[in-house]
Amino acid sequence: MRDAVEGRLRWRCRRGMKELDVLLAGWLDRCWPQADDARRRDFVWLLEQPDPDLAEWLIGGARPGDRARAKLVDEIVRRPA
Amino acid sequence: MSAYPLVDHRPDVVVVGAGGAGLRATLGLAEAGLDTACITKVFPTRSHTVAAQGGISAALGNMGDDDWRYHFYDTVKGSDWLGDQDAIAYMCQEAPAAVIELEHYGLPFSRTEDGRIYQRPFGGMTTHYGKGIAQRTCAAADRTGHAMLHTLYQQSLKHRARFFIEYFAIDLIMDGGACRGVLALDMASGTLHRFLAQATILATGGYGRAYFSCTSAHTCTGDGGGMVLRAGLPLADMEFVQFHPTGIYGVGCLITEGVRGEGGILRNSAGERFMERYAPNARDLASRDVVSRAMTLEIREGRGVGPQRDHLHLHLEHLGADVIAKRLPGIAETAMIFANVDVTRAPIPVQPTVHYNMGGIPCNVQGEALTRADGRETTVPGLMAIGEAACVSVHGANRLGSNSLLDLVVFGRAAAAHCAKSLRRGAALPEPPPRAVEPLLDRFDRIRHADGDRPTASLRDEMQRAMQRDAAVFRTGETLTEGCAALARCHDAFRDLRITDRSLVYNTDLAEALELDNLLGQSLATIHSARNRTESRGAHAREDFPERDDAHWLKHTLAWVDAAGAVRFDYRPVQLDTQGAGVECIPPQVRAY
Repeated sequence: MRDAVEGRLRWRCRRGMKELDVLLAGWLDRCWPQADDARRRDFVWLLEQPDPDLAEWLIGGARPGDRARAKLVDEIVRRPA
Repeated sequence: MSAYPLVDHRPDVVVVGAGGAGLRATLGLAEAGLDTACITKVFPTRSHTVAAQGGISAALGNMGDDDWRYHFYDTVKGSDWLGDQDAIAYMCQEAPAAVIELEHYGLPFSRTEDGRIYQRPFGGMTTHYGKGIAQRTCAAADRTGHAMLHTLYQQSLKHRARFFIEYFAIDLIMDGGACRGVLALDMASGTLHRFLAQATILATGGYGRAYFSCTSAHTCTGDGGGMVLRAGLPLADMEFVQFHPTGIYGVGCLITEGVRGEGGILRNSAGERFMERYAPNARDLASRDVVSRAMTLEIREGRGVGPQRDHLHLHLEHLGADVIAKRLPGIAETAMIFANVDVTRAPIPVQPTVHYNMGGIPCNVQGEALTRADGRETTVPGLMAIGEAACVSVHGANRLGSNSLLDLVVFGRAAAAHCAKSLRRGAALPEPPPRAVEPLLDRFDRIRHADGDRPTASLRDEMQRAMQRDAAVFRTGETLTEGCAALARCHDAFRDLRITDRSLVYNTDLAEALELDNLLGQSLATIHSARNRTESRGAHAREDFPERDDAHWLKHTLAWVDAAGAVRFDYRPVQLDTQGAGVECIPPQVRAY
């Protein structure tokens, strides 16, 4: 049984754009289990951002100003082949 | 009966969905003083309308000559004459006022130097009945959809509409053929809620996820269409599905048309530039339908690429890194992220991908849902539909770019106006009898406790692959018949579903199973309707019936799907009369561009 916290995050990876769905849910599956608290907090912050901003970061090549958050975005867009 | 405590709400109107259509209706209803509840499974500004970056069409004439009658002509022609001309006339005539209203609500449209709304050209949009190129599409930079959602959400809050966010609509509450409201699950608390209202407006969007490859977000499962089918009501024109030729294989993310415009070339497994055979002049620049069909034939004839030979290659390498960086920004990024391809060195794997559903819940210009019994057409009391979920029909057999945002706004507004006129604030409603709700709870409980052998994801994959194989671009009686059988197996396998998570709080496994049920019903309606329509029109192309057949098929399909998965048909005439809308009917002609 999955816990409700992860269920909520999984649901909030649902966005208005397919590209964001794929990348955010992909990171949740791939990296959330071993992510530390700071990384997890940054991911939760990311999910609160508007879709066009997320799109600029995740598929537009831009990065959030904060260095740790920028690194998180790097990790999200690095999909395994 | 299953024991679930129910939380009751009694707004005047409940709107299901908070995309462009749902929010425009919600705003209009709240503005008119009706107590309005909007329930939505994701946060309003994260609805799929966000992805509509192109813009919204309206004959404002800000950039030169334009007239709503030209817009009307383009839309009728684009629909391949399946669109209802009274509805199209209404939409095109109301478009300027609807767009100006958005501007006044605060939507930050891009502007001309003298401060008017800037308008750009868009495929299929002409002036003087096909003679000139229209500049008709208004945009807020490349964020039109998001700006629209943001504006409408803020305005709805200002007018005290009530939002129920992360509420998943399960089923319509029907009593004696009338809709009394909707049953919904609050994902956060795991509680079930009855929204009992004078009117229920479905604004639940399209069902792109019925297919393996679609451009739509994960949330696009057409829940309203699934609920309507379970309520014993029909869906209209479900065989008409718009494909985009170049979605990234396996993911569906769009590679824009512009790539081929800049010299991108499609090749098959032999390395052949196959478009030369299908469209000797236009080649890779032929229209969406032509390119999608050619790609599909290449794949069917065994010349696809990849281990399953089920997609094709889009080459950009010959353009050189400089041209790619300058003229196609973002493409290199997208291809790298989603296909792991460096476009300066290797081709992008692509396949035709579902982009829009023309079919949906049949309804009239006011948004009232329609059904037919004993050869007579009636409205369904208490039920309305708008946006991509609905089939008014303004898009007919194919939709023009930038007409979808217009559809959302014009008919969201019309539905609200109709409610404002016909409903009374706080009017008392009879309590629906227990038999109206018990079967809904039983179904919910059954799915929640499903303990068969098939995980949701595996059954969804089987359905999506069958739809992609047999109900996509290539359609013959034989392949569609095979597809109907494959879909029947999927429908039966739903009884063998397995849900691992029994909880009710943010149970995404359960939500996805409920969505799959909605997708299955709509998939059955789609593939059976496609087999039934023995002609080619707009997005529906039959290899065995290549011509449009107005003598037999100038009519809308209505499809009912029963609990056993059996599909039954009836028809609605296409409305060729513009009902005195100030424009002449355009009689069917050959559609040529």
